Amino acid sequence: MSKGQVGAELRLVTPGMVVGPSSGKRAGSGMIAENNEFIATRVGWLNEQNNVVSVQPINSAYMPRSGDLIIGFVAEVRNNLWFFDVNGPFQALLPMSLAPWKVEFGSTRQHLGIGDAALARIQEVDETHNMVLTMKGVGLRRLNEGAVVSIPVNLVDTLRGDNNTTLSRIRDVTDCRIIVGDNGRVWIHGDAENMHVARQLIQTLNEEGHKKTFESAVQALENERGEH
Amino acid sequence: MGGYGDVKLLRDDGKRLDGRAIDEMRPVTIEAGVLPAADGSAMVTHGLNVAVAAVYGPMEAHPRKIQRQDRAVIDVRYNMAPFSTGDRIRPGFNRRSREISKVTAESLESVVLVERYPRSKIRVEIEILAAEAGTRCAGITAASVALADAGIPMRDMIVGVASGKIEDTVVLDLDKAEDNYGQADLPVGILPNTGEIAFLQMDGDLSIEEYNLAMEYNHKAAKEIHEIMVDALKRRYEGGEN
Repeated sequence: MSKGQVGAELRLVTPGMVVGPSSGKRAGSGMIAENNEFIATRVGWLNEQNNVVSVQPINSAYMPRSGDLIIGFVAEVRNNLWFFDVNGPFQALLPMSLAPWKVEFGSTRQHLGIGDAALARIQEVDETHNMVLTMKGVGLRRLNEGAVVSIPVNLVDTLRGDNNTTLSRIRDVTDCRIIVGDNGRVWIHGDAENMHVARQLIQTLNEEGHKKTFESAVQALENERGEH
Repeated sequence: MGGYGDVKLLRDDGKRLDGRAIDEMRPVTIEAGVLPAADGSAMVTHGLNVAVAAVYGPMEAHPRKIQRQDRAVIDVRYNMAPFSTGDRIRPGFNRRSREISKVTAESLESVVLVERYPRSKIRVEIEILAAEAGTRCAGITAASVALADAGIPMRDMIVGVASGKIEDTVVLDLDKAEDNYGQADLPVGILPNTGEIAFLQMDGDLSIEEYNLAMEYNHKAAKEIHEIMVDALKRRYEGGEN
């Protein structure tokens, strides 16, 4: 039985790896308790906080949770509702009653057509992945301009940084409006050159995927642009 | 003597035709994340076998009649490339690939936490690029590394290994000649951390003692292959401190 590397606090685990005894601790995400032992179920970094042992996955699909801020594309329109592609396994439903406009039955297409992007929040998810979206809320709207780029879902936190610090630095240095959706989609809006710089920065995150490299890329951009 | 005719499969010095000892495995290499477009992927070379697995999903299960309200379904497609053997294989599904797809899907369902993704489908595509006996084992090993690479939660990974019997001797990991002219073949899917069996097939006859010895070889080989699998996943993310 191979144990994970016990490096400087960081330990990479793989599915099926026995992580340690489960006494007095709780299993978090990516972890199951079996025969008084914790077993990792995903590839990722081992994490222990407040007596909860979990795996921070290196690669994961987007699993919607209620309250998530998401950027979705309209995939289907009916007379009284829209279906959104939210980068998850299932389409999400936006009923006309939860749209921010006064929508008449049959006039849904006048507000959002197929392919349109919108910023929405997940109202509820049930155990069989049925999802209801809402666009009633501050800032939730149709995205008429700008660009949407995708990043892996597990890198969303890296892009935001602690308390959105990294994100606000990127906003400042690129002079763009940026919204990061929990579903791994990022909306960028600014003038053409700035948007290009922001997209390239996010591309380095996509390619490298490491916090340190990304933060040094942000730092390098700040130094470069600060001189002008 | 040998199982069929006069084919000699063991040398006078007790080694096998390719020089391996009777409990020696062919060399195995594994690489994770070989296909950038897939959600997870892996390539396994096991002797002269080359298997590539790609994982997509979880996604909505289509057609709807295959959906399960309480769990995900795993859709496995095992396929041998036309150029994978000396005789060209007619492309497309056949009876053998259908069988292997089914046993692979059922064994993967026993380790993947399918209840986490109701109504969804996880697509696993296994393509055999080169075949030299033992492709179902190489395929299942590749599929479990690809599933782990895709971030799909699993209780354990599955290692595919095989033992068999040639000239009344139990040997580990049959190559093509031994598979064709040997007396028995015992491919199994082993969960390396618990030693549980996810699938087991037997072709030919083995006595109880021979079976026990073959399984002993299989468990030993599974541990070795598992270390290579873990190493492949670690190598993919090395230096990736998050």
